[in-house]
Amino acid sequence: MSRLGPDFLPRAIATIALYPEPRSAMLPILHLVQEQNGFLTEEGMAHVAELLGLSQAEVYGTATFYDMFFTHPVGNYLVSVCTNIACLLNGGYELLEHAEQSLGVKAGGTTPDGQFTVEEVECIGLCGNAPCLTVNWRFFGDVTNEGFDSLVGDLTAGRLAETVPPHGTLCRVRRTVGLEAAAAVESTSVPELESGERS
Amino acid sequence: MADAPETSTDTVSITVDGKVIAAQPGEMIIAAAERNGVYIPRFCYHPRMRPVGMCRMCLVQVKGPRGFALSPACYVAVAEGQEVVTDSPEVKKAQDGVLEFLLVNHPLDCPVCDKGGECPLQDQTLTFGPGETRFVEEKRHWAKPINLSDLVLLDRERCIQCDRCTRFADEVAGDPLIEFVGRGASIEVNTFPDLPFSSYFSGNTVQICPVGALTATPYRFKARPWDLEQVESTCTSCAVGCRVAVQSSGAKLTRYLGVDADPVNHGWLCDRGRFDFEAVNSDERVTAPLVRKGDELIEASWGEALAAAAKGLADVTKLHGKGSVAVIGGARLPNEDAFAWAKLAKVVLGTDHVDCQLGDGLPAAAVLGLPRATIDDACRAPVVILLGPDLKEELPVLYLRLRAAAVDGKTKIVELTPHSTGLTRYAAASLGYRPGEVALLARALVEGGGGEDADVAGVSAAAIAAARELISAGNAVVVLGRPSLAEYGSSVAEAAGVLARLPGARFLPALRRANVHGALDMGLAPGVLPGRVALADGRDWFGREWGALPAEPGLDTLGILTTAADGRLQALILLGADPANDFPDRQLARRAIAGAGFVVAVDTFLTDSSRHADVVLPAATYAERAGTTTNLEGRVSRLGQKVTPPGVAWPDWMIASELAVRLGGDLGFDSLESIWAEIERLAPSHAGLTTATLSARASRDGVVTPLPAAPTEATADTDDEAAGADATGEAPVNRPALLSFAAPERAGDVPALDSYSLRLVTGHKLYDSATSVRRSPSLAGLVAKGKLRVNPYDLDRLGLTTGGRIRLQAPRATMVLEVVADAGVPRGSASLPFNLPSEPAADLIDGSLAVNDVRIETT
Repeated sequence: MSRLGPDFLPRAIATIALYPEPRSAMLPILHLVQEQNGFLTEEGMAHVAELLGLSQAEVYGTATFYDMFFTHPVGNYLVSVCTNIACLLNGGYELLEHAEQSLGVKAGGTTPDGQFTVEEVECIGLCGNAPCLTVNWRFFGDVTNEGFDSLVGDLTAGRLAETVPPHGTLCRVRRTVGLEAAAAVESTSVPELESGERS
Repeated sequence: MADAPETSTDTVSITVDGKVIAAQPGEMIIAAAERNGVYIPRFCYHPRMRPVGMCRMCLVQVKGPRGFALSPACYVAVAEGQEVVTDSPEVKKAQDGVLEFLLVNHPLDCPVCDKGGECPLQDQTLTFGPGETRFVEEKRHWAKPINLSDLVLLDRERCIQCDRCTRFADEVAGDPLIEFVGRGASIEVNTFPDLPFSSYFSGNTVQICPVGALTATPYRFKARPWDLEQVESTCTSCAVGCRVAVQSSGAKLTRYLGVDADPVNHGWLCDRGRFDFEAVNSDERVTAPLVRKGDELIEASWGEALAAAAKGLADVTKLHGKGSVAVIGGARLPNEDAFAWAKLAKVVLGTDHVDCQLGDGLPAAAVLGLPRATIDDACRAPVVILLGPDLKEELPVLYLRLRAAAVDGKTKIVELTPHSTGLTRYAAASLGYRPGEVALLARALVEGGGGEDADVAGVSAAAIAAARELISAGNAVVVLGRPSLAEYGSSVAEAAGVLARLPGARFLPALRRANVHGALDMGLAPGVLPGRVALADGRDWFGREWGALPAEPGLDTLGILTTAADGRLQALILLGADPANDFPDRQLARRAIAGAGFVVAVDTFLTDSSRHADVVLPAATYAERAGTTTNLEGRVSRLGQKVTPPGVAWPDWMIASELAVRLGGDLGFDSLESIWAEIERLAPSHAGLTTATLSARASRDGVVTPLPAAPTEATADTDDEAAGADATGEAPVNRPALLSFAAPERAGDVPALDSYSLRLVTGHKLYDSATSVRRSPSLAGLVAKGKLRVNPYDLDRLGLTTGGRIRLQAPRATMVLEVVADAGVPRGSASLPFNLPSEPAADLIDGSLAVNDVRIETT
C-alpha cells in the first residue's frame, strides 16, 4: 500500500489538526508514510501533498532535504553507524567496516534479501557509549564486532521484534502525535495509543 | 550632510555612496539605489517577486549601531537617514568572494551556452568579479539537460540556485511544480518524478534565469544574442496586450521576450504568446493570392485576385442589393486595418452586416457602452466580480494579475461561473450557476429581496447572501466575457445590465480574440461606427465625410451565418475568420460558407473556412507590419514590424484600399499615419490621441482610450492644436456621444432540464486547435485530449465511474470520450472544452438554442 491506509490516515489527519497551517504537519506525516511503506513512495508523497494542499514538488523538495527520509527503498533494518568524533576515536570506522563486511554491502547499500541497509551517519548523540549505532532509530552502544554479529543474528531471528519495530518508526514522533492529537481534536477517530513504546 | 534634504511623508532619504537620494518607504535598498543610478549587482533579486536574499551578490555596507556591516541590499528596507556604501574595498571583496563561490560549480561553457552574450552571470563576473579562482577541484556533474517540461530544459550544472524560477512558479504562476530537491551539497532544481513543469507560464522562468540553466526548446541553439535584432511590440495572442520584445535573426522570428509594462503584464507572458511566433514563420502560410478555378484554388497576381473579388462582390450587390454582402472577422487586424475595413464595408459596400466577433463574444454595446475599468483598477477594487471565461485558459496574464491581487489581499474575487475555473481556488466566493440562468443569479445577487430561502439558478440562498455581503462595499469591477459558448451571450449581457446597477460598478471586458476590442472600437460590428458610436447617433457626423451609411443596423455573426445558410445572403468576406472552426455552431457556419454564393477570405493560412473561398487574399500578420492594437482595457499600444511578410502578402488595410478602388470607391488612405489621422479626427473615443502622442516615450505602455479629458469640454475655451483642427471645421454637426449600454429586456426562462440530461458548458483551452497553436510545432504537441467533466453526484446517479469511457449524445452529434468526476461542475451540468482537435464541444452546439442539453451513457 502506498497511500496512507486506514491505520495511518486518521493519525495523519489528527496531526494536521495540530497546526495552524496544514503544511507544518509535513514532517510527522512523512514519517507516517515511511513507517507504513518503509520509504517515501511517490504515491505516498503525492498523498501527503493532497492532504496538505501542496504540490507534489513541494513535498518532494522537503523530503529530499532530510537524511532520515528515504525516497528509495531501504532494508527492513536500517543500520546507521556513527563515525563522528567520539565514535571515530573508539573504533567507529572499524565498526562500519566490519558491518560492511559482515553484511556484504557497502555503506548506503542494501543486502540482496532486503533485510539490512547500512549507512554511515554523523553524531547520533550516544557518545558516552561509543562506538554506537542505531537500528531503525533504536540505539545500541558499545558495539563490538562480536556484538554487531549477534545483533544481526537476533534481528534476523526475530528475537528483537519487541525492541526494534519495523522500519521507519520514529517513536518520538509517534508518541507526540497520538497524545496531542487526542487532546487537541476531541475526535472519536483518534487511534488508540500504543503502549510500551520506548523513546 | 551639510544641507539636510526636505523630508516629506512620502519619501525616505538615504545616503548611497555619499549621495542623498529619495526612496519610497518600504522599498529595498537595491531598488532605491537603482532608480537613482547606482546599480548593485544581483542574481536572485527580481523586482516583480518577493526578495529571498539567496545569492548574496548584492552585499553592500549598511551603517548600523556598530558601524558599517555587510547586508544584502535586496533584503534590507530603506530607513530614514540610512547610510549605504556600495563601492568600498570591503564591498568589492564581498562581491569577489560571492562570485568566486558561485562559479565554483558553474561549468563556464559559455561558448556553447544559449545565454552567452546576454548572461547576467557572465556580465557581472566581468564587471564585479575577481578574475581569478582558487578552486582547482573537480566541479559537480549532472546529466546535461533534463526536460522539466516539453518546452523547458534544465542544465543543472549551470544553475546557481538563485530561486528565481522556483519562486516564479510558486509566487507568480501559482504552479509550484518545480522545487529545490536534495538541498545541501547536491542541491538541484527539479520536478516531482514524472510530473512535468506543465505550467502555462513556464517560458517566463527561461527569461528570468540569470544563467543558461533554463532554456526553451523553440530557441535552443537557434541564434546568438548578438545576431538578434529586436523591436518592441504588443502581443496579440489574446486581448490582454502584453508588451513584448520581438526578436529575429535573418528573416525569421526567433524569440519573444516579455517587456515589463507596469499597467499590463509586469514582464510576464503566457507560453502560447511567447512561442506562437512559430506560426508566423510557418511554411504553410498563404504567400500569394488564390482564385478559384473550378474545384481548385489557383495562384494569381494581386491584380487578377482583386479584380475577381471586386467583380464577385459588385455582381452580388448589383443583383441582390447592398445588404447581400457580409463581413465576418477582423479581430486579427490592427486598429488601422480594422478602420479601413469598416469604412470599406459600411461606405463602399454599404452593408452593416459586419461583425468581428464569431458568436463567442458579447453584443458590441455591452463591451463598448459600459463604464470601463483598467486591469490596475480591477486589481485595486474592493471586489472583482468575474462573469466571464476561465481567464487562465483564455486571458492568461490577466489571470496572473488578478490571482496576485487576490493572493496579496488587494481585492476579493466573486465568481459567477458555470464550471470551476483557474481562479476558483483564489475566489472569496464562487457561485456555480446552471447554464443560461446567469441573469437570474445576477438579479438575486443585486436585488436580493424575496425568495430568501430558495435556490436561484442552482445556487443556494446562503451562497448568494454571502456573495452579496462581499459586493456590498460597492465600486466593484466586473470582468465581463462569455462564461460558456453553449449558452446565449444575451443572458450574459442581461446579467451585465443588472450588475451595472451596483453603485460604482465598472467593467473590464474579457473577450479573448487578439484585437477584438480594437475592432469593435473601429466599428467592425453591426449597428456601430468607429469610436464607440451607435450607427444612428453617428450617421450625421460620419456622413459628412463618408457619405451615405447603411440605413438599418445589420446582423451579427449568428444572424449572418443563419441568413447565408438559408441562401438569403449572397456574399461573405472572411476577414481572418475561421467560422467553420471557431463559431460555436460549427454546422451552421459550414452550411453558411457553402450557402453563400461568393466568399472572399483575407487570411494568413488556408483554414477550414478559407479553403472554401472563391478568392483568398494573403495578409501580413503580427510582426510583419506596424500599426496599433487595443487591449481589453481600451489601451492602444503600438505594434512593431520585425520581418517581412512571406511571398506577396499585404497588410490588411492595403487590401481594403485596393479593393475599394476596384469597387468604385476610395478610402483615401495612403499610409498607416493617414488612417490614424482620420481615426483621431472622426472616432470620438480616440479624439486627441494623435500619432505623436502614441509615439511618445511616455506612451510606451500604451494609452487608454478615451483620453481622460473629454475633448468637447477641453476645447471649449483653450486653444491647443487638437481643438484648433476641430474648431476650423465649419460643420454644425457635433461629435456624437459615446454609446451607452441599454440593458436588454428580460429574456424568457430557459427550458427546464429533464433528469436524464445534462446542460452543456464549454469554453476554450489555452492550447486548442487555434491556427496559431496548430502551426507552432512547439505548442501543437501540448494540446490535451477532451474529457467531459461532470459532478460526482450526477456520475453516481447515472451509474458511471470516473475515468470511464462514455457515449455523449446531443441532437447534433454523438461522440465517445472519457468522463471525469469534478465537483467544480455544478449538478446537472457537463463541461467539455470547446475547440480541441478530438471531441470538440463545437460539434454539439446548436446556435439557435438558448442552452444545449446532452445525455451520457455507458459505451
